[in-house]
Amino acid sequence: MDTTWYLVLSALLFAVGAGGVLVRRSPLVILLCLELMLNAGNLALVAFSRSTGTEDGQVFALVVMVVAACEVVVGLGLIVAMFRRRVPLDVDQIRGLRG
Amino acid sequence: MEATTWGWLVLGLPLLGSMIIACGWRALPGKSAGWIGVGAIGLAFVCSLGALLALLDQPAEGRQLTDSLWDYASAAGLEIELQILVDPLSVFMCLVVTGVSTLIHLYSLAYMESDAGYRRFFSYLNFFVFSMLLLILAGNFVILIVGWAFVGFASYALISFWYRRRSATGAGIKAFVINVVGDVGLVLAAFLVVRELGTLDFLESFEAARESFTTNDGVVIAICCLLLVGAFAKSAQIPFHTWLPDAMEGPTPVSALIHAATMVTAGVYLIARMFPFFELAPTAADISAFIGLATVIVAATIALVVTDLKRIIAYSTMSQIGYMVVGVSIGAYTAGLFHLMTHAFFKALLFMAAGSVIAAMANRQNIDLMGGFRRAMPFTSVTILIGALALAGFPGFSGFFSKDEILVYAAERGGMYWIFAIGGYLAAFLTAFYAFRIGFRVVYGEPVKEARELEHGQLAHGEPENPATGEREDTDVGFPGPEHHIAERAWPMRGAMAVLALLAVVGGLIQIPGVNHVLESFFAGTFEESELFHIVPSAGAAWAGLAAGALMAFAGIALAYLCYLRSPGITARLQQRFSRAHRFLFRKWYFDELQNALVYRPMVALGRFSNAVFERFVVNGIVDGASGVIRGAGSVVRGAQSGFVRAYALLLIGGFAALGLYFLVVAS
Repeated sequence: MDTTWYLVLSALLFAVGAGGVLVRRSPLVILLCLELMLNAGNLALVAFSRSTGTEDGQVFALVVMVVAACEVVVGLGLIVAMFRRRVPLDVDQIRGLRG
Repeated sequence: MEATTWGWLVLGLPLLGSMIIACGWRALPGKSAGWIGVGAIGLAFVCSLGALLALLDQPAEGRQLTDSLWDYASAAGLEIELQILVDPLSVFMCLVVTGVSTLIHLYSLAYMESDAGYRRFFSYLNFFVFSMLLLILAGNFVILIVGWAFVGFASYALISFWYRRRSATGAGIKAFVINVVGDVGLVLAAFLVVRELGTLDFLESFEAARESFTTNDGVVIAICCLLLVGAFAKSAQIPFHTWLPDAMEGPTPVSALIHAATMVTAGVYLIARMFPFFELAPTAADISAFIGLATVIVAATIALVVTDLKRIIAYSTMSQIGYMVVGVSIGAYTAGLFHLMTHAFFKALLFMAAGSVIAAMANRQNIDLMGGFRRAMPFTSVTILIGALALAGFPGFSGFFSKDEILVYAAERGGMYWIFAIGGYLAAFLTAFYAFRIGFRVVYGEPVKEARELEHGQLAHGEPENPATGEREDTDVGFPGPEHHIAERAWPMRGAMAVLALLAVVGGLIQIPGVNHVLESFFAGTFEESELFHIVPSAGAAWAGLAAGALMAFAGIALAYLCYLRSPGITARLQQRFSRAHRFLFRKWYFDELQNALVYRPMVALGRFSNAVFERFVVNGIVDGASGVIRGAGSVVRGAQSGFVRAYALLLIGGFAALGLYFLVVAS
């Protein structure tokens, strides 16, 4: 099968993830969408690896998975902490960075 | 043992004593700190004697020995060693300093006994002796400057010894600041020596100076004038003298040791030590001699009217040091140093006796309140009279031989130098008068209340108060102790004073014109190459000078007798008649006011001006301007920081998308 289809699927998944990050307000869902974007990237990497016949892309995909796992741990931890301290679970209300 | 080994021991013992007391004061029981202090200095005196004997073993021309322990600093092409120079001059000074110090330490054992700072006192005092010996034994300019500054610090610490007295701390700071001015002069002189001669070693620089300078070169005059700034600040000569009378805030043994016998003679030592430079710069030497003479006369006139017992003796010290400065400046090295020695004896004695009297007066120092201690304190009275006779130059006493030797030498050089002889003899008359102003008023006359009570065995016990300001004080640490100790009741004080009294009487006998010249032949080892050193007045001239001195002493004492014993009202009438002159002298020729007007006030005004104008507009302007610019720039870009996480995400994604598009466009 042509690599193009994989890339199209990857781009679609990425767009869905990015759209989700931009429109949703719940930190949990934003985290899920971020995962979606990362895995869209993974898909593209694996597809390229397959088309060029080398393993580099697959190794990168493994590294990205590790990073994603770390990020989820931190992100979920933050969300749990926010929940415990009764911080509203709405990214629009967390505006401490406003200048 | 080598003379230099003895020299190192002389240096090390007081340092060791100071360190033991300073580090182990908690563990030292009772009065042992004092005994450690006395022992350390006593041993240093013994070692000085050892150095003297070792030096006398050497042939006359080989009596300048140097030795160094290690490199002190090595930079900029200069190898500076921790080096001592043992020669007749330094050994002589060591003997005077350690000898008098031993006696004063002994005196302090009793005098400071009930002071809460007893151990601190002996630690400071030993440290002072160490610094003074370092200054004396230094073999190059760097070590000299180190010792010089240490001595300044020790003086500061001891003047402010009663550190909860405001007047004492103020006097300490004044002394320290003026001494630092002198240090700066000395450092600049050393800098010029390095620049011109390329060495800091004493003997090498003297050698080099003789080769590379001609007489009265500008540079060598500059070096000498800078050295004089150092010497005058230390030796309390005009215009750097105002700290010395204030330094009397320190305990009396400190006044005796530092501000009479040893530290203030450091300037005399410096001029004598640097004689090759001064002989190459006769102009600077003459300036020095004239300032010395001015100090002799000004201080003597002030001593006529001051009423504080210790300050009278302090002005007398300034005046006598003026004689020494005149002596070593005009080339009478032997005579100047001889006077340094005899002065150390009789002035330390006078201070000790004054301390005893002040203790009997329950710490009051005003001479107007004293009188008639003859029967109450026979021993102290005798020592006061001996000290006053020696100070006045009464025939046979030590001051008689030493002071007149300087003046005879001045006359021998003739010409302009007659001024010093005439001025010196005039001041000798004043000296005799004020010496017996002390003697007659304290010892004779109608006994005051304290003296009467003491005759019945009752030592005065006043409320603790500051004699200068009358402020009430504690007797806690940082203030004088609760009890007073007089020589009649404390054997260490009596012993120390007895030895000094003996020396004040017979100290002059080692150098009698036409009879013997012990000091002169001893000093030949240092001053061999000086031409002025070899000018020796004939015995006839010397005896004529002595006769003139005796005449002045008799006249002064007679006048004092007339004014204070025969018809005691005279001085009060004179004071009323010439109230303006009296006030001029009583305010010490307005030197303090002059310094205030010339230095202190302009500095304060400059500070105020800088604060009001420079600090407020220039410095604050730069700081405020910088922060204003940053704040303005911040308010411009602040709008971008909305705090919406999703807005940031949009920016990120949009940015990457734009970047991707850009690359696509570029690639195609």
